[in-house]
Amino acid sequence: MNERIIIETVDLKKIYGMGDIQVAALDGLSIKIRQGEFVSVMGPSGSGKSTLMNILGCLDRPTEGQYILNGEDISGLDKVALANIRNKQLGFIFQSYNLLPRMDALENVILPMVYQRENNLPSEERQEKAMAALESVGLTDRAHHLPKELSGGQQQRVAIARALVNDPVLILADEPTGNLDTQSSNEILELLHDMHERGRTIMMVTHESEIADHTGRVIYIRDGKLDADRLNGKNAKKMKQKLRETMAATVSKGGEA
Amino acid sequence: MNIREVLRVAWKSIFSNKSRSILTMLGVIIGVAAVIVMMAVSAGTEATIAESINGLGSNLLFINSTLTRGGMGKDAQQGGLVFDDVEAIREQVNGVAGVSVDQNASDTIKYGNVSLESISIVGTTADYTTVRDVQVAYGRFFTDQDIDRTTKVVVLGSTVAEELFSEEDPIGQSVTVGTTKLTVIGVLAEKGLVSGTSFDEQIYLPITLVFQKFTPSQFAAMRGDHVRTIYVSVDEAYEMDDVILQVELLLVQRHDVTIETADFTIKTQNDIIETQESTTESFRMLLGWVAGVSLIVGGIGIMNIMLVSVTERTREIGLRQALGARPIDIQVQFLTEALMLSLVGGLLGVIVGVGGSWLFGEVGGMRTVIVPFSIALSFTSAAMVGIFFGYIPARRAAQLDPIVALRHD
Ligand SMILES: Nc1ncnc2c1ncn2[C@@H]1O[C@H](COP(=O)(O)OP(=O)(O)O)[C@@H](O)[C@H]1O
Ligand SMILES: [Mg+2]
Repeated sequence: MNERIIIETVDLKKIYGMGDIQVAALDGLSIKIRQGEFVSVMGPSGSGKSTLMNILGCLDRPTEGQYILNGEDISGLDKVALANIRNKQLGFIFQSYNLLPRMDALENVILPMVYQRENNLPSEERQEKAMAALESVGLTDRAHHLPKELSGGQQQRVAIARALVNDPVLILADEPTGNLDTQSSNEILELLHDMHERGRTIMMVTHESEIADHTGRVIYIRDGKLDADRLNGKNAKKMKQKLRETMAATVSKGGEA
Repeated sequence: MNIREVLRVAWKSIFSNKSRSILTMLGVIIGVAAVIVMMAVSAGTEATIAESINGLGSNLLFINSTLTRGGMGKDAQQGGLVFDDVEAIREQVNGVAGVSVDQNASDTIKYGNVSLESISIVGTTADYTTVRDVQVAYGRFFTDQDIDRTTKVVVLGSTVAEELFSEEDPIGQSVTVGTTKLTVIGVLAEKGLVSGTSFDEQIYLPITLVFQKFTPSQFAAMRGDHVRTIYVSVDEAYEMDDVILQVELLLVQRHDVTIETADFTIKTQNDIIETQESTTESFRMLLGWVAGVSLIVGGIGIMNIMLVSVTERTREIGLRQALGARPIDIQVQFLTEALMLSLVGGLLGVIVGVGGSWLFGEVGGMRTVIVPFSIALSFTSAAMVGIFFGYIPARRAAQLDPIVALRHD
């Protein structure tokens, strides 16, 4: 396994409520994620999974503790520096897709490139890159559809293309299949497997153990603390194999959603 | 984000909410249109005033009696300009092309069985044609001799001549004005309406005749032939100021007053135009304020709608932040949108304003002159309103916390 560490947190704390009632959403969490890992985060509702993802995603700052992303200490950076990191190093997949409703699929995928500050690409190259990303999620023919003209699964695939387009070192997905039926969930999972096979580091929150079973490592959180951290490599491979067989069968039956 | 993209996003957002955008722009549209229309109307009025004052004659000086009671004794009761001043100015001031004076009356004029009621009678001097820039179409105007001898002659305005004589030649005919029989010696060429006076609908008599026959009581009561305004036409070869000074010195001497206690004022056409302009100027200032207020109201409308837009699009803002938008990117985006709203509003306002000005002219019968400066001014103000009132919403958007924004629904 690759030894390069993408995520390292040291005693991460997030305390909400500055008054009398204080809630420690994260209460001293230390984890390490290496390059190329596909990790699930599980835990009961309110255990701090989203809070963790937000901090890892540089959308929020920890109250205490250290966060080192791809060798860089994030803890003391200002808003602008954080925006730069989100743009260059991170790709987000949200439960509710979060596509901009007035833009078509292609424009949505182009969006992260629009906020690039270094090697800002000319418009045609952006289009090409976005088209390539859409192709990798199998939506070339929907490039000029608005989100409302796409199914939930398709919207999430556009969101995945968007998360990939700036070639991030880390993909963060907070319950990416939470709003989807089994068929669409499977499609998304397959795409995540593809990305993982091509070397992406992926961190995914889920509350379904069947989904978590697909990843090589599962982290359990309870009350903002690390509850368990288990490797699941063999099982994940089997799950992936099984998923691909089912998908192939549905496709041959012509059952595209 | 480059400028093209910023503009495109702003345009899209405005365009996808057409009716709301139009309503938002209404204040700006009205403000800008108001500035343009009002300036066009006042510029039109000004031009009309200037033209009509110029139309009075050429190189004119207006000497007005101020009825200031300066000095002592018997003269103190009198003061003001008298008919003899006319003669004195003409003879003793260098550079005078003509001097005239009006004494107005009104009476019926009859010829055969045609009679016209309440015709304006202008009693004046021989120089009237030079000073007031009127042409004699047929016959002649009366002379100094006619004035001296109080000859019973009359010159007709073109409309009066036409109504009394139609096809007949009026020259040499006898008409009755009031109870006095007068001989028609001339007819003026058409001049139309100038400065509220219809030259064509008046008749012109030697001033001495008017004093004698048409205002006898006033003439007697004032124990002198007082006149209100003396018109001096200055020879173009002479300096206006020099002539003014001469007239001033002469009248001061004749009236036995000083410059400070003078019982007359001397004005040039330009003085009068300037006075008129300063009244329209203050009128315009007032209208400017009205326009300014509606622009501010428009600006508040924009701010309001932008705040709504920021709230509605909080999630979009959060997402853009997640994808790497810096606060300044968000701020620029919303500021551009506000600016575009106000500029599009400004543009529509210019169209409405120019169209409205034209309509006022064509349909409203009001003279309007579109002032290019008013377009520049109102458009710039609209832009400033957009930036000024767009700033707060844009700043609010930029300072949103990414997670709070993303969670918003
Ligand atoms: N903005 C906030 N203000 C106050 N409390 C919060 C806030 N966000 C999360 N919390 C609290 O922190 C805890 C962890 O929340 P979260 O990370 O959303 O849990 P999970 O995603 O695992 O369900 C919960 O108790 C939640 O109520
Ligand atoms: Mg959550």
